[in-house]
Amino acid sequence: MAAHRCGFLPPLFILCALSVLTVTWTQETIPLGSHRAAAADSKPTDTKSVAQTTEQLAVEQRQWEATEVEEATSAAAAVSKQDNSSPEDVVQTSTPKPKDEFQEELVVRPLHSGDIYASFQFRTLWQTDFTRERKVSHYGLFPKSLGQVISKFSVRELHISFTQGYWRTMQWGQPFLSSPPGAELWVWFQDTVTDVDGTWKELANVLSGIFCASLNFIDSTNTVQPTASFKPLGIGNVTDHRFLRYATLPREIVCTENLTPWKKLLPCGTKAGLAVLLKSEKLFHSSFYSQAVHIRPVCQDWQCKTASWELRQTLNVVFDLHNSGQGKREWSLFKMFSRTLTEACPLASTSKIYIDVTDNPEGEQFELSPATALLSQAVVLGDRRTFSVYDLTQQITFGTVRSLNVLMRWKSSEGDMLRPLLHAERYVAGYGLQTGEIHTLMYNNHPYRSFPVLLLDSVPWYLRMYIHTLTVTSKGKDNKPSYIHYQPSKDRVRPHLLEMLVQLPPNSVTEVTVEFERALLKWTEYTPDPNHGFYVGSSVISSLVPSLVALDTNSTWQRPLFSTFFPCKEESSYFVRVYTEPLLVNLPTPDFSMPYNVICLTCTVVAVGYGSLYNLLTRTFQIEEPSPGLAKRP
Amino acid sequence: MGLLSDPNRRRALINLLTRLNAPICVVCYMAGFACFMGLSFEPFTLRTYMSENAMGSTMVEERFPAGERALATGREFAAHKKKIGGMPVDWLVKTMQARGLEVFTQSFSRTLPFPDENKERYMVKGTNVYGILRAPRAPRTEALVLSASCSPGDENNQAVGLLLGLAQYFRNQIYFAKDLIFLVNEHDLIGMQAWLEGYHHTNTTGMDWTPLHGRGGSIQAALSLELNSHVVTSLDLVLEGLNGQLPNLDLANLFYAFCQKLSVLCTIEGKLQRNDWDSVSGYSQAVQTMMLMVMKQASGRPWGDHGLFLRYHIEAATIKGINSFRQDKTDATTIGRLLEGMYRKLNNLLERLHQSYFFYLMPSLSNFVSIGYYMPAFGLLAVILLLRALDLWVQLVTPPPRNEERVNDIAQSCPGVLSILIPLVISHLTGVALYMLPVRFQEMAVEHFPVSETEAVVLTAIAVYTAGLALPHNTHRLLSGEGTEQGWRVLKLVAVLYLAVLLGCTALINFSLGFILALTLVPVAAFVTPHVPKVLSAFALVFLSPACTLLFSVFFYQELQEMPVSFQDGWILYLSVISQGILDHYLYGSLVYPLIALLVYPCWLLFWNILFWK
Repeated sequence: MAAHRCGFLPPLFILCALSVLTVTWTQETIPLGSHRAAAADSKPTDTKSVAQTTEQLAVEQRQWEATEVEEATSAAAAVSKQDNSSPEDVVQTSTPKPKDEFQEELVVRPLHSGDIYASFQFRTLWQTDFTRERKVSHYGLFPKSLGQVISKFSVRELHISFTQGYWRTMQWGQPFLSSPPGAELWVWFQDTVTDVDGTWKELANVLSGIFCASLNFIDSTNTVQPTASFKPLGIGNVTDHRFLRYATLPREIVCTENLTPWKKLLPCGTKAGLAVLLKSEKLFHSSFYSQAVHIRPVCQDWQCKTASWELRQTLNVVFDLHNSGQGKREWSLFKMFSRTLTEACPLASTSKIYIDVTDNPEGEQFELSPATALLSQAVVLGDRRTFSVYDLTQQITFGTVRSLNVLMRWKSSEGDMLRPLLHAERYVAGYGLQTGEIHTLMYNNHPYRSFPVLLLDSVPWYLRMYIHTLTVTSKGKDNKPSYIHYQPSKDRVRPHLLEMLVQLPPNSVTEVTVEFERALLKWTEYTPDPNHGFYVGSSVISSLVPSLVALDTNSTWQRPLFSTFFPCKEESSYFVRVYTEPLLVNLPTPDFSMPYNVICLTCTVVAVGYGSLYNLLTRTFQIEEPSPGLAKRP
Repeated sequence: MGLLSDPNRRRALINLLTRLNAPICVVCYMAGFACFMGLSFEPFTLRTYMSENAMGSTMVEERFPAGERALATGREFAAHKKKIGGMPVDWLVKTMQARGLEVFTQSFSRTLPFPDENKERYMVKGTNVYGILRAPRAPRTEALVLSASCSPGDENNQAVGLLLGLAQYFRNQIYFAKDLIFLVNEHDLIGMQAWLEGYHHTNTTGMDWTPLHGRGGSIQAALSLELNSHVVTSLDLVLEGLNGQLPNLDLANLFYAFCQKLSVLCTIEGKLQRNDWDSVSGYSQAVQTMMLMVMKQASGRPWGDHGLFLRYHIEAATIKGINSFRQDKTDATTIGRLLEGMYRKLNNLLERLHQSYFFYLMPSLSNFVSIGYYMPAFGLLAVILLLRALDLWVQLVTPPPRNEERVNDIAQSCPGVLSILIPLVISHLTGVALYMLPVRFQEMAVEHFPVSETEAVVLTAIAVYTAGLALPHNTHRLLSGEGTEQGWRVLKLVAVLYLAVLLGCTALINFSLGFILALTLVPVAAFVTPHVPKVLSAFALVFLSPACTLLFSVFFYQELQEMPVSFQDGWILYLSVISQGILDHYLYGSLVYPLIALLVYPCWLLFWNILFWK
């Protein structure tokens, strides 16, 4: 299991070499081949650490076993770097159980297009029950503001994301956690909640305060209850979608003021650990930025007798090296974040940096310094990836300069566009301000497997969709969805909701079109910038995509033959959620300026004048002969 | 209102209007024309100003350095183009990818209804190449377009070079908030039409194209670039688009502001601005500029690649580099900086351009005439029609003085719907024939006469037009018997009101076309009766018919461009203008040809009918 390697400073790397661990949940570990023999003659300096290492080794071995079980149960969960069950239960049964635990990690992946993808995950686990105990008042690592929200609003699961930019699937591949541009909030409430809509509204307002965002704009006109697309990610079998609410705000602009409260939820703040790197002047000088908070109940142990709450804070950012580096292909932690690392968060149980080196087995694509001997392999999004691991809890990682600045130099140039197995795009067709057509294109680039996708479309009421014009075609033929859930809109009350289960044939483009009419709003309903247009949120495509690993017929390498004849279930497909781009639609807009006033005035004058003119045109005038007066009558 | 509800005063007013009808009409006509000519007199016009806040106060710096390199890229492009003998698609894709763009292609094909002899094309096949520069942290909802067409021969290579140079430069900038689309379209307008239809997934003209795979959301503005030589002395701004649509005036202001800032000579309609508005030559320059704009707008055709964007509510203009062999030259770096500045300001837009005018005429780049100023000129012409209609109405309803013939008259005064309807139907059927026959019967014409397809179409159109003169006034007499005095009055009343509505609607959409038609058709409508001298009036009527208007416009346009032509050349030009007009309709959906054929010409035929009423 342990891989040995001698770096340029042998004495310092001995410890490192001995404490090498490979965290995996597949069975493979790549020994570093030729390098490791060199470390064999270096003497162990610290016997204690060796003992520790072996113990940890045992833990880790168990760890991946446990993980496989875990993975199978929650296949729907997006990829998670760490397992959900705590190893303490398995091994350290004698030691007192810590009530809460904190883990942090950073994954850096050089992207196909030459950009750099950095993904932070901070995970706080707390074994408590917000629902049963009347009042939870003693908080350790778990942020009190969120804990109070959970108990006050009886939240079962809460997922909130703020994203600035659009994830370019064609250039970057799939993200670890996808999110739509703008803000997205979806919440499962406990089944004890009676007034779900009221609670939801109140919750949105509270979260708006916590995250300094315009979540208070979430109301019934942009909230939907998806029936199939958003299933609970944590434990619990409540799937009654009456307790689910989903809303997006595609217009939300994400900036520093959303990052600061998010950082304050971390146990170490930005004082220590990986969070030191989160400097807004660099994070917002990027191609893509997304921050999210996911709260869900998870199993405390693998028997799942008790539940604990998991808070997972994620932050994904893509840096464009072309912009900043003037074409020079090299990055380092300092270059990306203008900080280096000096320590792990003291409260964290694990603190690691993973660098994706899959495309670089022999070091021909890029070189990495300081070199690390730790390697890890994982199946991420259906693809087997290899990572170099830097463990920040080990002092040795920081070297003599007491700071870690991972540096990578590229050798290759920008690549062609990718063909991800599933990707989608959406646009508005047509011209003029009366009607239009929403086209959603879903690409299945798998060479021979078809797979079903769930499409969720939530369209505001002011685009009046004509559902009878809904067509689903793939390869020029009609593709009948096996499940359609459509909830028509009500003007000024609720949006359209369209959910469909569509089978995507292999190697095809499936096009979903639906026509709409643009409504004329009341003049007070226009935004202050009506000519900018009105946003329609991203549609959501959720799917179990056949994995690349299963596609790879040569996957038998390094694996025992007996284990590979039938495709392994949890590897054969993986869950992906793809968001399309939001739409900007122009509605018929009156000219809110001086001419508009002139038109209003003129219309008034015309309306007044019209009466008399009509009178004149319809009346016949006759000259009346003066009749003799009453006095002359007899 | 009191004036009208008093029967005596009303009668007095009506008497005045009917008695002085002819003089009032003449005065109105004169006043309308004078008013129009006065529009280009500088003290009567407004100076342009930037209305859009987002583009006005914000300062941008232009730093584009690589003009020479862009020209070198243009030369490389020209070499590849020559080698392949068409658009070097692979080279463009590779070059754009090397500059960090997402590159996509679209192929299209179109068979023209008949061969286009001006551009020598019939079966058109081509490929558009476009690259999208994704703005950082933008959700793909808004985009700006820069296009350059890949024309055959040596044209526009520098524009493609500059486009690629700008793409490379913009890739390294961080301030873009909207996606930038760099488009190289083949076969100029046809390629542009294919791309725009593909982008918006519409099909209005029956073209074949492959769907687009990359988009940048709703396009906010577009510029189209035409540079034909390394040496540029001035830049010309082309605004007129399809059906006489114009982009928002702020786009012109933006161009003018940057030309001033970078001290580049800029023109509109190829005319430099003059400062001596009070001199005769200064005024005549302004008149020429404005008349050129009026003529171009009235033609309803797109005068640059930008013209097709306007249908999709995308503000667009074409910037043309002119080499007029002056002393002061503008290098490619300056043009690049000008475009950079314009794009940075367009990038600052928070809303679509909407603050400034959409309906305007420009006597120079720094002055404009808004709709509020030019509409009265048209209104004065249109009021003549209403006055004539009033006069006719009064004549129709006033009982004749002698009582004994009254019974007879009442019978006469109701000429019957049929006698009105039949001329209307016949003239419109002639219009339908004029619209349908030329393209439908080209094969037959080519079989029987020694002409090419294009000539066949144009000559058929002229033949149908001329045949229409003979047809209606003969048939109507056969059908409804002897025409009565009341009969032609009712017909003329209908025709005059019809013309008034027609011209009014046209002028609202395309002022120039409406005004030119009003200038020629209103006198016809005003004076024609069965009692005027036949030969002379018939001659005048033909002289003022839509076809002759077009012929004069061709000569007038050449005169304005300071390229006068002989009658022979003018006639050939006239024929090609007709074929171009028909092609514009079939290729891009221009509405001028159907408007003339289906509405204006039948309306004019009604007056022809009245002249020969018996």
